[in-house]
Amino acid sequence: MAGSSVSVDYADAMIMTPIPAGDWLIVAPSLITMVGGALCLMLRKNTDLQPKVGMVLLGALVVASLALLIRVLDHGVITMVMGNWLPPFGIAVTADALGATLTFIGSVVAFCAGLFGMKTVDSSGRRYGFYPFLLLLMTGVCGSFLTADIFNLYVWFEVLLISSYGLLILGNDRIQLDGAVKYGVLNLVGTNLFLIATGLVYGIFGTLNMADIAVKVAAMENPASGTLATVAALYFLAFAMKAAAFPVNFWLPASYHTPNIVVSAVFAGLLTKVGVYALIRIFVLILPASLDFMADVIGLVAIVTLMTGALGALAQTEIRRLLGYLVIAGIGSMLAGLAVAANDEKAVLAISGAIFYAVHSIIVMTALYMAAGIISMMGGSFNLRQLGGLYHKSAAFAGVFLVLAFAVSGLPPFSGFWPKVMLVDAAFGDNRFWLGAAILASGFLTTLAMGRVWIYAFWRGGPEGTPDGQSVVVSGSSQAQLSGGAVWLPLGILTALVVYFGLQPEWMIELSTRGASGVVDPLGYIRSVLGEQG
Amino acid sequence: METGVSILIGLFFMVAVYLMLSKHLVRILLGIAILGNSVNMLIFTNGRLTREIPPLIPPHLYTPETLTANPLPQALVLTAIVISFSFFAFLLVLAFRAYQELDTDEVNKMRVAEPENDQTPPQGY
Repeated sequence: MAGSSVSVDYADAMIMTPIPAGDWLIVAPSLITMVGGALCLMLRKNTDLQPKVGMVLLGALVVASLALLIRVLDHGVITMVMGNWLPPFGIAVTADALGATLTFIGSVVAFCAGLFGMKTVDSSGRRYGFYPFLLLLMTGVCGSFLTADIFNLYVWFEVLLISSYGLLILGNDRIQLDGAVKYGVLNLVGTNLFLIATGLVYGIFGTLNMADIAVKVAAMENPASGTLATVAALYFLAFAMKAAAFPVNFWLPASYHTPNIVVSAVFAGLLTKVGVYALIRIFVLILPASLDFMADVIGLVAIVTLMTGALGALAQTEIRRLLGYLVIAGIGSMLAGLAVAANDEKAVLAISGAIFYAVHSIIVMTALYMAAGIISMMGGSFNLRQLGGLYHKSAAFAGVFLVLAFAVSGLPPFSGFWPKVMLVDAAFGDNRFWLGAAILASGFLTTLAMGRVWIYAFWRGGPEGTPDGQSVVVSGSSQAQLSGGAVWLPLGILTALVVYFGLQPEWMIELSTRGASGVVDPLGYIRSVLGEQG
Repeated sequence: METGVSILIGLFFMVAVYLMLSKHLVRILLGIAILGNSVNMLIFTNGRLTREIPPLIPPHLYTPETLTANPLPQALVLTAIVISFSFFAFLLVLAFRAYQELDTDEVNKMRVAEPENDQTPPQGY
């Protein structure tokens, strides 16, 4: 201990001021879910108590992320550095308006899914860890939204990925094993591409702190040089794979329809959006120069993704697979926003459209998968040919499904309308007419696909072969499963949000505009992480 | 030394891609294992290679005397190794279970989730 006698001034290397109590909220979502996941795992044999504990924890997550969002809106971007070492050496966790918004919406969706799972996940599913995996999945999702370090982004991605594997094969069916193999292998390849790009970034800049990289890229003479272009292309490929954009989307319709319906709902809501979030973060905040030359490629990918998703949905008989393609179509819309963001004048509008669309898509896709689960409980099948006459069973549910169908197609007065207006406006303002046209055409085809589901499952008299015009009692219904609030309440919450964002979009537009301007003009973000010298 | 390691990494990537293009799941998984290792070596090389000088600071100094090995990429690689190894182990077990259930390790024949002659949706309204 020879060095211990030397007095060292730590102020040069460490943050000496204590952290304000409210800033601890940044780590609260990850902490609650991580500790909660462990707690639920310990309770795995007590399948009655486990859902209750899980729901309390998910409720706490919603409260914590709401408090975080309110604090970010009040105080601007907030940062917390691990171990108090000054960035870029200390690992920073940062919440800006974009990250906090997505964390909050993600928590709401996870809460609804946990509630829905109380009825739809049987005791064997609980025993094999539905609630622990759900909570740990949220650890990864919230961590990804709140980290300010690229390597940590990779680690959080892995946390959510390994939990998603667990959820995907919960039940151990043949079809699940098949889906999980494809999902697992392709996501691991995508993750490795992400890691390659991250390794190259470290080689170029010697840092992995996002704000630090942003400063160093801005100071470069030629920020669109060959090496950075390679990095940008690798990041785009990796995150496009996570988000299921066109050429690398085929794992999604192969796997999302295999697990328990509530697992599909969470996946469809959250996982692909984490990829989109990472794309926005990397391309708009860190590599804006690379976005300029990638914009045409991204725009093209967006157009093809929009069309693949919508046309793929039209070709499906199985409701869950149809919805899987609609997830892909939604990703196309968000990528369209990213492509337009290369134009400085339209960047804020485009990115805020993409953020609003992500929020809308998180809510509406989860709600649609839950609705599909209820359809199969009522009608006994996910197959459009074997469904029918559900309007007679529950007219209110038919109405709710129609609301969700309108919302996912982007028809007013529901939540899908406003982000599409913003995105189409931005695309036309940037002279990308094909992009705007693709968004509209995809919305039209989605309307057809969803209209067909509604007509066949709800409107006609009974399954295929029943003479039309007479009401038929459909078999396969399990009324016991459908009674109680655990099934209807989460669907009701999400539908209420869809209607609210449709009728009162100002709040969400303001929020997403704040999130977007925080990424497009990252001064506040950089100041928050690096201090005033940044 | 970086040149030699870079060539080696390139070879690793080549082998990994070749194996991943196979239609047998076991080969694909071996490809993924090699891919993971090549990525780890890439990160390591990106931290600049130095020989046998540990990053230790003598007691009477604040900074190291000479150029030392960079500890950060070692920490990164350690994390990445743990993650890629655990994922490989998981996928290996998953592939074995899939082989037991589906009686094949050929990916073209794994068509349970996406049946080959899928029904078309009902036509007309």
